[in-house]
Amino acid sequence: MTKLDQFSSKILGLVIAFGPAFAGATASAQMTMNGAGATFPYPIYSKWFDEYAKVDPSVRFNYQSIGSGGGQKQITAQTVDFGASDGPMSDENLAKAPGKILHIPTVAGADVVAYNLPGNPVFKLDADVIAGIFLGQIKKWNDPKIAGLNPGITFPDQEIVVVHRSDGSGTTYIWTDYLSKISAEWKQKVGTNTSVNWPTGLGGKGNEGVAGQVKQTPGALGYVELIYAIQNKMPYADVKNSAGKFVKPSLESITAAMATAQIPDDFRFSVTNAPGATSYPICGATWLLVYEQQKDPAKGKKLVEFLKWALTKGEDMAKDLDYAPLPNELRERVLKRVDEIKM
Amino acid sequence: MPVVANPPTLAARSTIDRMAPASGVGDKIFKWLTLAMALAVVVLVFLVGWQLARGSSLAIQKFGFHFLTTSTWDPVAEQFGALPFIYGTAVSSLIALIIAVPLSIATALFLTELAPLWIRQPIISLIEMLAAIPSVILGLWGIFVMIPWLRDHPFPVLKRLFGWTPLFDGPIYGTSMLAGGIIIAIMILPIITSVSREILRSVPNLQREAAYALGATRWEVTRIAVLSYARKGLFGAVILGLGRALGETMAVTMVIGNTPQIRASLFAPGYTLASVIANEFTEATTDVYLQALFEIGLVLFGITILANLLAQLLLRTMGSTMPPRAVQ
Repeated sequence: MTKLDQFSSKILGLVIAFGPAFAGATASAQMTMNGAGATFPYPIYSKWFDEYAKVDPSVRFNYQSIGSGGGQKQITAQTVDFGASDGPMSDENLAKAPGKILHIPTVAGADVVAYNLPGNPVFKLDADVIAGIFLGQIKKWNDPKIAGLNPGITFPDQEIVVVHRSDGSGTTYIWTDYLSKISAEWKQKVGTNTSVNWPTGLGGKGNEGVAGQVKQTPGALGYVELIYAIQNKMPYADVKNSAGKFVKPSLESITAAMATAQIPDDFRFSVTNAPGATSYPICGATWLLVYEQQKDPAKGKKLVEFLKWALTKGEDMAKDLDYAPLPNELRERVLKRVDEIKM
Repeated sequence: MPVVANPPTLAARSTIDRMAPASGVGDKIFKWLTLAMALAVVVLVFLVGWQLARGSSLAIQKFGFHFLTTSTWDPVAEQFGALPFIYGTAVSSLIALIIAVPLSIATALFLTELAPLWIRQPIISLIEMLAAIPSVILGLWGIFVMIPWLRDHPFPVLKRLFGWTPLFDGPIYGTSMLAGGIIIAIMILPIITSVSREILRSVPNLQREAAYALGATRWEVTRIAVLSYARKGLFGAVILGLGRALGETMAVTMVIGNTPQIRASLFAPGYTLASVIANEFTEATTDVYLQALFEIGLVLFGITILANLLAQLLLRTMGSTMPPRAVQ
């Protein structure tokens, strides 16, 4: 990172830190905890901050959903008390931070395959077909590979209009991570990232952009967040998981995937294509990023208290907002790690 | 300004007298203040350029001139080329101008030359309201209303009529370069119209009267006395519109399809410089990636300046070789 970048991110950090501080100057003696990052968990985090204000009125949270990239930058530049990201930080980016950054997984979501077909039947897809469609090799709805998975459904002789996200996003990260795991060709040609060089398809901005294009274009197929599909009543496909079972995406099948996935001790995990008969294969978690060594003991103590609350009481609220909570065993492991934060 | 029309009262005169000695200093302060403000704008432009160049130094070193001539945009492999975006910005802006300029100037002409007085103000207000619609709203309207309509009605007709040309060939998705151009046209229409209207209004009535006196018809008066007199100003209005078109982001992103490719067909999706910054800046985590996006900003900045310089040059040649044509 160049000096200039650091400088501009510091300025941005100052603005983020002090803007609301000035606004709330009258309510003194309140501690303001600043955070920035991912947009995907923003609704649940706002809910948590609201509820937590009732538990501990002395702390006020100020969270800016500027995107995961911004969250990683801000925590590295120490301009916020916690960052948030939809993808784990790379080793390269972690090395730039002045201290050890912990990844605290909070909730999880899934990507679903949404489509626009006459009558919108719920059909089944497997890894080969999804990869084939997104690599541009399966071009028509009546391709024998699709029909083979769905006896009883007649597909039209129509071009598949592939729609993907055009903005960088954690949703795309999960999607491409899944495709890279199940298709060697995808991994070699395209790879995993928040935005990639798409072999085919149209780009829509945000979940609303993809959903809009899918809804408006006959024969379209795209991926959106499960929450978005549920709330907008869009049809979505069942996907075959690594155990060979077709699974409907749901909060339960996401939590199941996290329970069966291999999760390392630094919690930088990917749960796509997780084993287990009930796991939905295309899902991922979102993380809070905090320093293991807190600079300000008073703030550090409050932050740890909040994290513990979020991982216990907070998790119970997740389902109401259509987020998948962490499985119990993982929750315990994360709580133990939170206890290791030093002041 | 007529000075003697209304002689100042005693009180008013004494106020003027009292102010007189101080105004020497005041004038100077005012002069320096305005100079500082004017310079601040110049400094700001240079600072923006300098910042963008510094922010993209890594990418400039790594890709050099190839950044402008290659078409791969691959954040995973960190290979970045801006050509499809430059092409998309140029073509979508051009489409927008082709649609918006005749419409705007015709509207302005109607409003200044032909429309009955009672209808002028309502139309002007409506056009100004169009300018007040936030771009993201226009974009959503684009996805949910304009795109389906374009796809089902005008696009198939265009394809049937002109499908033999490469411009209107290929499958119709709705989201396309043409849709991007149309939405930009809607967005720059108000500014070109209101500036053109002001320019046409400033054409002296003597011009029109002289033409009428020579027995010109209404069209001839408009063409010879009004349009040719206002030519330079109208060109300026178009350039203002072009400036807007080049930088338009949100609404375009929603309807252009966001695919970095160069296709002759206007039905194919495209991508613009401003859109790729808006789309990818927030989630760019690696240095080279971020710097490449900065360089896209630099390119857009350069194109905007270049367009303005070219416009200045054109204006100058217009002035020297084609003096306002006298009424024949």
